[in-house]
Amino acid sequence: MSRFAAFDLVPVDESKQTAKDFKSDQEVRWCPGCGDYAILAAFQSFLPELGLRRENMVIVSGIGCSSRFPYYLNTYGMHSIHGRAPAIATGLACSRPDLSVWVMTGDGDGLSIGGNHLVHALRRNVNVRILLFNNRIYGLTKGQYSPTSEQGKVTKSTPYGSLDAPFNPLSLALGAEASFVARTVDSDRKHLIEVLRQASEHKGAAFVEILQNCPIYNDDAFEPLKDPDARDDRTIRLAHGERIVFGANGDKGIRRDPTTAGLEVCAADDPAVLVHDATQPDPTTAFALSRLDDGALSNVPIGVFRSVDRPSYDQLMRDQIADATRSQGEGDLHELLTAGDTWRVDA
Amino acid sequence: MTASTTSARDKDVRRVPRVVIRFAGDSGDGIQVTGDRFTSETAELGNDLATLPNFPAEIRAPAGTLPGVSSFQLQFADHDVLTPGDHPDVLVVMNPAALRANLADLRAGGRIIANVDEFTSRNLRRVGYGANPLDDDSLEGYTVHQVKLTSMTVEALKDLDIGKKDAERAKNFFALGMLSWLYHRPVERTLAFIEKRFGKVPEIARANTTAFNAGWNYGETTEEFAVSYEIRPAPMSRGLYRRITGNTALAWGLIAASRLTGLSLFLGAYPITPASDVLHELSRHKRFDVHTFQAEDEIAGVGAALGASYGGALGVTTTSGPGVSLKGETISLGVALELPLIVCDIQRAGPSTGMPTKTEQADLLMAYAGRHGEAPVPVLAARSPSDCFDTAIEAARIATKYRTPVILLSDGYLANGSEPWHIPDVAALPDLHPEFAREPNGTDAKGNPVFLPYLRDAETLARPWAVPGTKGLEHRLGGLEKADGTGHISYDPENHDLMVRTRQAKVDGIARDIPPLEVDDPDGSARTLVLGWGSTYGPVGAAVREVRAHGHAVAQAHLNYLNPFPANTGEVLRHYDRVIVPEMNLGQLALLLRATYLVDVISYNKVRGLPFTSTELIDAIEKVADA
Ligand code: SF4
Repeated sequence: MSRFAAFDLVPVDESKQTAKDFKSDQEVRWCPGCGDYAILAAFQSFLPELGLRRENMVIVSGIGCSSRFPYYLNTYGMHSIHGRAPAIATGLACSRPDLSVWVMTGDGDGLSIGGNHLVHALRRNVNVRILLFNNRIYGLTKGQYSPTSEQGKVTKSTPYGSLDAPFNPLSLALGAEASFVARTVDSDRKHLIEVLRQASEHKGAAFVEILQNCPIYNDDAFEPLKDPDARDDRTIRLAHGERIVFGANGDKGIRRDPTTAGLEVCAADDPAVLVHDATQPDPTTAFALSRLDDGALSNVPIGVFRSVDRPSYDQLMRDQIADATRSQGEGDLHELLTAGDTWRVDA
Repeated sequence: MTASTTSARDKDVRRVPRVVIRFAGDSGDGIQVTGDRFTSETAELGNDLATLPNFPAEIRAPAGTLPGVSSFQLQFADHDVLTPGDHPDVLVVMNPAALRANLADLRAGGRIIANVDEFTSRNLRRVGYGANPLDDDSLEGYTVHQVKLTSMTVEALKDLDIGKKDAERAKNFFALGMLSWLYHRPVERTLAFIEKRFGKVPEIARANTTAFNAGWNYGETTEEFAVSYEIRPAPMSRGLYRRITGNTALAWGLIAASRLTGLSLFLGAYPITPASDVLHELSRHKRFDVHTFQAEDEIAGVGAALGASYGGALGVTTTSGPGVSLKGETISLGVALELPLIVCDIQRAGPSTGMPTKTEQADLLMAYAGRHGEAPVPVLAARSPSDCFDTAIEAARIATKYRTPVILLSDGYLANGSEPWHIPDVAALPDLHPEFAREPNGTDAKGNPVFLPYLRDAETLARPWAVPGTKGLEHRLGGLEKADGTGHISYDPENHDLMVRTRQAKVDGIARDIPPLEVDDPDGSARTLVLGWGSTYGPVGAAVREVRAHGHAVAQAHLNYLNPFPANTGEVLRHYDRVIVPEMNLGQLALLLRATYLVDVISYNKVRGLPFTSTELIDAIEKVADA
């Protein structure tokens, strides 16, 4: 069985796999330059590391550009309904512990039409990995603002600017009691793979926000995090057990802000600089980390915010069935139908 | 003396063929338990019976008010019974509200047993009685028994160590004991039931037992009841019987279907009246490898069920009309993916929230066509509470064999109503193990073996079902249109036309795999056919029996399959000069029949949230038959 905790019940493939083994025969059809290509390539190159049998992997997606993902992987896959992938994956994961189930979703799919399923899958802690590609726009329907678009966004549906305040996907996930929450960036392949690796080591729901560029409808939305001259001053790379310091010269740190009980930027040599503890059961600090980004991408933590152990819903469900079977014996249909008050007619 | 014998009566005993009793009172009066126990005693005695519980619309309406009235009606007889009866012969009322709410239904000359203790001026005023109807002559046409149920119960329990409130609460068992005496019911099981249900609090168990015995003894000694009644057992075929409600039968049918198909059962459901009891019942039976998932909403309920089906489980969702509206998109996905899925719609009065505790048959057209695109789905309807068991198994057979969502229609009347059920021999139930794809079924251009997920079985047009975990058959499914055979995404116009027609042909073809519509036309001379579907089976059958007794020749047929219709349906319709279709909607089956067969039918429709009475159907049928 797999050495990755999330897949401890999934059969492994002893043969030597390569990224090519996971490519399907379908032509990839995203727009040129789309961030999804980089995510797909990173994902395909990561899968051999898991060493799972291809037939025991299932990719479930909703609707949107990101949701085309399953077509490009030579595993089992379902391109389902807008927003509903977490619900479908829940049914699958609950009845099939031998599968490695992944949900691919986007900011519209996962946070707008499917918001309800996302938060409930996270709160239940179903053993699925949920990758949310956040490009802050509706791509497939050609450019309307999304629930992560900044307020005032001018799009086809909001020529005078959007009115609604955006979601912070990580704050939402943490508020929904997610046991694993991480963020990564489409263009940072190494980081992306490391986050996928850690998500695979987590039994239960693992939520990963991937900041993804849509060059057609929202180009350069995350440019400040990609520009070699600016990114290091804005990106905070979280590493469990290490002091939270960042900046081009490593001169900035993060400490508690006594006035708000949140977090604030300080000097790297400040003795109060926090040591990151992703396993802290109390989600307060992880939430404060998610709030460091004010929407303007000035201080954006990436990496694993939170990774705590909590029984997964599907495992609890299987345990209940096993316990009931053990204590009452396996169900007998005749016994069920004839239990309680019956009477016999001898004609 | 204790209530344990039905023989050796000092008073007169009169034999009657059938009785309809309605118990009515506050929801806190234990009406449903009383009715349920009386029904169990009646079943054990061997009468045929049918029941109709009626729940108040509000969960905790103020005591003694009309909205708080709960009732339970049963008909029992020495012959076969098709309905709970139109009009009670006996009305047991625990308070003035119960009398006010139910008196209009009592048959002329019927009997009222009233808990006189509750007929206080305050309680009377509350429901608009200026004077006590038990005292004036407003109930002149009825036989009225004024019984001090509450005070006699309290008196009987005075030596027990319980408070007055608890003592008063036992009055329903006093009433049950009294009626058990009046109708010669066997009581051992009720006494055992009290022990089991209340055994944890011995004082309450003792109070209920004492009250029950006191009620029995009161019947035996009081001048109030000069006669008791005997209803002989009804002839029934040999075998083991039990009483069952539609929702329990549905839950057990689903468990049976899981056993027969060899697939583990996965129920995804969201609480909704009147379907929740199926979720409750299945949740108790985990040792049958039953997975129950109470979802965050209706959509997630069906989504999870479809996900489980994809993984090779028997995916089921249970709901009522509003839930089916929400599930429509996922049912359409099931049509496109061609995966088994069972959607149970326990219909209730709509539109919108409507009257959730009341029955209706108005979801037929939604079941038949309420989806986007051309998305045909087989539709089955149960005809009686126990028939829900067989219908669940049949739904699973069709869903797994044809890889399709199936909609099973029940309704509030079947869900909560009960009847005796001849328990089937488990060994005689059919083997429904579906075949899973295990190997490639085609070759690609280079001659390599490949799996074609949309290559169909020539006879059933079903596609192969390859579940994740099957080596070498990895494939992608989706809601986008698929190319015939390969299942690849396709926007080809001809392919779409072909796929739309093929999905329709697959569902239409099920007509070859279901029994023909059976017609009951005793001497073959009838020119009028009464055609029903779903839960109207009982009332229609009872009415047809009467109409025939009045000398009319009428034929009766009942549709269990609404899509596709049985292959001979058109032929049956054309055979009769007049076809009358009674429905608890505004003519939905009639619309489908006219559209499908170009045969006119005469609708008889009522949407009162209540089952048809046989009386109204007799009138309606005779009017047509005489025309
Ligand atoms: S619209 Fe945007 S997100 Fe969608 S494929 Fe094109 S570039 Fe990618």
